[in-house]
Parts: sequence; structure tokens; C-alpha cells
Amino acid sequence: MAPIKPVLLEAVGVPDGHTLASYRARGGYAPLEQTLAGKQPGDVVEMVKASGLRGRGGAGFSTGLKWTFLPKDHPGPIYLCVNADESEPGTFNNRILMEDDPHQVIEGIILSSYATRASTAYIYLRYEYPQSWHRLQGAIDEAYAAGYLGKNIRGSGFSLDVFLHRGAAAYICGEETGLIESLEGKRAWPRIKPPFPAIEGLFRKPTVVNNIETMACVAQIARRGVEWFRSIGVPSDPNNPRDPGSYGPKLYCLSGHVERPGCYEAPLGITARQLIDHYGGGVWKGRKAKAVIPGGISMGLMTEGELDTPLDFAGPGKVGCLGLGTAAVVVIDETVSIVDFLHNSCRFFAHESCGQCTPCREGTSWSLRILERIRAGKGRLQDLDLLLEMGNTMGMMPGSTICGLADGAAWPMKNAIRKFRGEFEDYIRRTNPDGWMVTDPVPALAIVGAH
Amino acid sequence: MTAPRKVLTDAMVAQIEALAPRYPNRRALTLPALHIVNAELRYVPLEAVVEVAQVLGLAPAEVQDTLTFYQFFHQEKPHGKVRAFVCRSISCALRGGDELLERVCSSYGIRPYGTTPDGELTIEPAECLGACDFAPCILANDDLLKNMTPESATAELSKPRARAT
Repeated sequence: MAPIKPVLLEAVGVPDGHTLASYRARGGYAPLEQTLAGKQPGDVVEMVKASGLRGRGGAGFSTGLKWTFLPKDHPGPIYLCVNADESEPGTFNNRILMEDDPHQVIEGIILSSYATRASTAYIYLRYEYPQSWHRLQGAIDEAYAAGYLGKNIRGSGFSLDVFLHRGAAAYICGEETGLIESLEGKRAWPRIKPPFPAIEGLFRKPTVVNNIETMACVAQIARRGVEWFRSIGVPSDPNNPRDPGSYGPKLYCLSGHVERPGCYEAPLGITARQLIDHYGGGVWKGRKAKAVIPGGISMGLMTEGELDTPLDFAGPGKVGCLGLGTAAVVVIDETVSIVDFLHNSCRFFAHESCGQCTPCREGTSWSLRILERIRAGKGRLQDLDLLLEMGNTMGMMPGSTICGLADGAAWPMKNAIRKFRGEFEDYIRRTNPDGWMVTDPVPALAIVGAH
Repeated sequence: MTAPRKVLTDAMVAQIEALAPRYPNRRALTLPALHIVNAELRYVPLEAVVEVAQVLGLAPAEVQDTLTFYQFFHQEKPHGKVRAFVCRSISCALRGGDELLERVCSSYGIRPYGTTPDGELTIEPAECLGACDFAPCILANDDLLKNMTPESATAELSKPRARAT
């Protein structure tokens, strides 16, 4: 796949690229002025629908379609929540957009608010991004001063306020209804849907929740056009009427065991191998990849043999992964024990489960304790089947939880054990030569405590 | 008649009130208010929870309920003047994040979540800091410390650091 000239990342490396002057010099805010002067909100919705833009936060739902779920002729207020709670392990593309080109994000927010008739937009920003906080607040101040935010923007009659709201280090706030609850000042416990936020969201009003990168894409579609956006990526599968295609540029975050970790803009559909070799300078230290996370840890694992899978919205699912997720590609080299990988994954989800649904709270916590026990040389072969059973029964897909966090916790468990079962079995036999075959229940209190 | 405030200063209350017009109700000010208190006191003791609740017109239990969800706000005693989060999620772990946490803690003679006896430094494990391109990394107050080794991290964390937010 041919490399593309960075568009979403065009400000990276540009001196003072985060300032209003630099953004304007690159053509920024002109599309907004043209839109406010000559287009109706419905025109912007149609433009985004026609572009085929799918949400960049992880779920990949059509952005334009999401907007059309808002009630017609609602008296308001309607809210836009911009999800900047980027917390999926391996993911940092939103951070780069907010730090290096905050005005691109803000122009996208204004256009999206105009399209959805939102009068207030909250950017829910994770606490761990202080530099993004400073850059965004600086850009918001500049945008107010220039008349792009506030009352009667550029004489159009359209008014919009944008506020930054800071999280407090909880992964679940990236789930859209967890985000809404947190913004309302409550525990970030996801809500049962329906009602979806478009009908009843923030402060019980119609609400759209969109990711930072999605906002940047909206700004670029307004500037460069629908045809440009659709000329990049993977068209919909003619044999699958439900596949809306994977259009546009995507920010891939490459990290782990590669020579040059970083955020790279590439067409949707690039393969993990191309990313690693062409952008990342190959697996580090001349080693081979053992496994690769395709889109954040909750998507599971691809084996070395699966690295030619296209990383579009449909690709990773074809090799048993949960999906494209956040397109955060993490390379794990051949020296890493798959037991250590799964322990790290289980520790993350045990820490981040919000505790609302029992299958997730208990499942993530016990999966970690089982992994602790295996690593302590007390594993049994039947633990693997127990982990698979837990993985198969917790989550939205089996219908036992409110949100998808448990599905994300389950996928690395299922993928790691199914794709690397031999290595788990060898590890357990080697470290527990006297007890690997025992099938008696393990006394709960004897298990290593884990947090 | 409510009792006079003992923990929240007038300046803190003014900061909270300045944010009030942003939200249609006062409960949404909970997290911003907790951040304002925590930025000053480096913890949010129960007395502060009660006073935040008074200011926002909420029951103290509502504020405490929200606070305890996040595991971010200490309640027993203040964290150090420098609060360092050492990332342990997958991209950092693959490049030595767990060892970094262990070595840095041991060089200061404290356990994870502990504070040095002089009250200067608290070290806590963190889940993904979103700086995987600089793994392993540490967030120390507002500063992202990139590509750390135990030696460079120990040197960096001994420096005093401003806290702007």
C-alpha cells in the first residue's frame, strides 16, 4: 500500500504548529467560515455520511449515521461530548492531535456541533495528559478571541461554547455512557442502553459522543472533500451488504518491540507487517515478532503468521481478534513469555473494571489471580479451560455485562490461550512438575492476593 | 446555618464557582471541585468532602461516592510534592516498566503508592499513560519523562517540579 502524505498529522514538526496563525496558514478555519456562510446543518450531516467516516474511538460506528439518531426539531439543549479519555493500552494518537494541532480538533468540534445543533461541547480529557490540557485550553482561548467560538459565530447566528473537563484516571470513562456519568459528577458506571445517548444522554438531553480523531477527520473532510476521503482506504465488500467500508486516513500507533515507535498516518487497510517494516524500522534488535496487538490490548493478538491481515475495520476480526479498535499496534518479540503478556493484560482489566457488573468485576479479578498463581509455579492445565470459560461468558456478546469492557478483557485471554496453548501448557508443566495435572478445587484463601 | 469552612479556602470556593456557569447543575462540578482541592492540599480529606458537598448543595455521601470511584484522590494524607506515575501497561512493560517501578521505588526506599519520609515524592504505578512511543515513561506532576532507565528516572525524580494544573 502506497504511503500517503500526512494530513491529520500535517502540523507535526511544524514550528508553532499548534497556534491559530499556523493553522490558518495551512487553510484551517476557511471551511468553517464557508460552511457557516452557505450551508445548512443538514448539509454537513450529509457530507459526513457520504464520506463513509467511521468513528475512530474503537467501535467504528458510522459518524454521520450516529448524528441522525438525534431527535428531529428538538428544542435543545443538545450536547456534544468529545471523548479524549484515550486510555486503551498502546494508544496515543489523540494525544498527538491535541498537542500538535489542537485547532484542527476544535474546527472539527465546531463543524460537528453545527451539524448536530449542539450549543455546548465538553471535551472529556483524561487526567494523564497535562500537555494536551494546556494546548487545548490555549487553542480554545484563541478560538474565542478570533470569534470562532462564543455567541453568534462569524455573524452566522450559530453559538457554541467549548469546555474542557478533566477526568481522574479511570479507563471506563472512555466508554461513552461512563463518560457521561463521570461528567455529571457521578461514578463512571456505564448505562444500560437503550436509551442511547442520542435520545437521552448528558444531563438527560440528546447527546453525541465522538472521539478526538473523528473530529479531526470531520475538519479534513470539510476542507478536502468527500471524494478525497473516499479515495483512501478500503471500499465496502460487495459480497457483504452490511460492510460500510473503511475509508480515509488513520492514525496507527506503533509501539512495543519495534525500532521506531511512533504515530503514523496511513491508509486504512495497511497491514501490520507493512507498518512494522516500512514505518517502524522492523522488529527491534533484529528479532522476530511472536505476536502483535492489532488495535489496543482489548482486541487480542495476531500471530506472526497473521501479520499480513489488513488493518481496516473488517480485517482483524477475520483472524479472531475483536476488531480494529484504536489501531494501536503493539509488537511483542519472540523473547517474551505469553504468560507474562496475559498477566499484564489481566492486571490491567482487573484494575480498570468499574465493578458494576459481577461477571466483569469477578471475572477480571479472578483471571488475574489465576495468572498470578500460574506465574508463581502453581498452575494447572485445567486453569486454561477455566480462563476460556470465563472469557466466553463475560461481556456484552454473551449478554452478561452492560458495557464492552469485559469483552475487551476476555479477548486477550481467549486469543492468547487458543493461539499459544502449547506455550501455556509447557510453562505450567515445567514450573509445576508435581501439580500440573491436579484437578481438585483451589482453596480461595490460599491464592496469592492481587490488586 | 452551616458551620464555617475549615479546609476549603475562599480562593478554592471562588475557583469552583467560576466554573459553575459551564454546567446546567452543580453536581457536575464534583470532579472539577475535587481537582481544585487536590491541587492545593495534595489530598482530599473527609472534611473537604463535607465542605465540597456544602458548596455544591449535595450530600457528603454523594461526593464521597464519586471520589472513591477514581482511586485518584488520596484521603489519609497528602501525596508528595512530586507525584510520579510509573506506567506498567503493555507497551511500557515490554520495555521494562515493571522493573523500572521496582528499581525506582527501591532507590527511594519506599513501596509503590508510598511517599518518601520528607514528603517530597510519591511513586504510584499507573495504567497506560498514552506515551507508548516513549516507553517506558513516567508522568511526574505535569512533566512526561520519556524513555526512562532506573538511573535516569531516579535522577529526574529528585528534582523539584512545579505543578501548573
